[in-house]
Amino acid sequence: MTLATLLVVAAAVFAIGLFGVLARRHAIGVLLSIELMFNAVNLAIVSIAWSRGLLAGVVLVLFGIAITVAEIAVGLALVLLASRVAKSVILDDLSELKG
Amino acid sequence: MRDLAFFGLAACLLAAAVAVVTAKSLFRAVFALSAALVATAGVYLLLSAPLLAAVQILLYTGGVLTLVVFALVVAGANTEGARWRQPLPAAFMSLAVFVVLAVSARALPAASHVSGLESGKDVGLLLFSDYLVPFELLSVLLLGAVFGALLLARKDRPE
Repeated sequence: MTLATLLVVAAAVFAIGLFGVLARRHAIGVLLSIELMFNAVNLAIVSIAWSRGLLAGVVLVLFGIAITVAEIAVGLALVLLASRVAKSVILDDLSELKG
Repeated sequence: MRDLAFFGLAACLLAAAVAVVTAKSLFRAVFALSAALVATAGVYLLLSAPLLAAVQILLYTGGVLTLVVFALVVAGANTEGARWRQPLPAAFMSLAVFVVLAVSARALPAASHVSGLESGKDVGLLLFSDYLVPFELLSVLLLGAVFGALLLARKDRPE
């Protein structure tokens, strides 16, 4: 368990989440993939904090988790609003701002 | 022993992450995400950050996933036709990002690790001394998020 292995695992999870964000068609699926990417970033921060003995990294991740909770609450409210107003949660159907 | 636990947890994490983006049913994706988050909490334990592991399980796996399941029930999970839109460019893009990140992670100098992450007490002291202002700002942000979510999701909108 070295820093490089930890960071490669985090990078792999980040890339998988990026694929989900780009390719998922359901809005909640995209939100789940964003959570995955965020989790990978947290893992990378904690790994570096662990390898350098920096306690501030843990505080940073705590703040990040709280901010994500707020983000998910607002994002899900937007999804519910879309399902009520536009009658769809598939992102291709919600592309009305397309120029 | 430690390495064995780490590689087991990493394998669980990666498998669950793949399941999140490939699962046909979004309910399965939610449960795969919860498995990935719990595996990450296990890695935090190995990295001697038990406080983070507890917060991860309580907030994420407890709180966020309940919210997501609730939204899935209300918004409808099975309206998804094809799973993916343009999977090939997306796969190419994320593979490129992975290669860049992995190469730059290899280039990072490995410091001799200091076991300075152990104390939850120190995290609390740090949180309420050096990081007091961000902490209070965070409570304002959470309040704003609650009001915003309520405003967006309520039914009787005055037009």
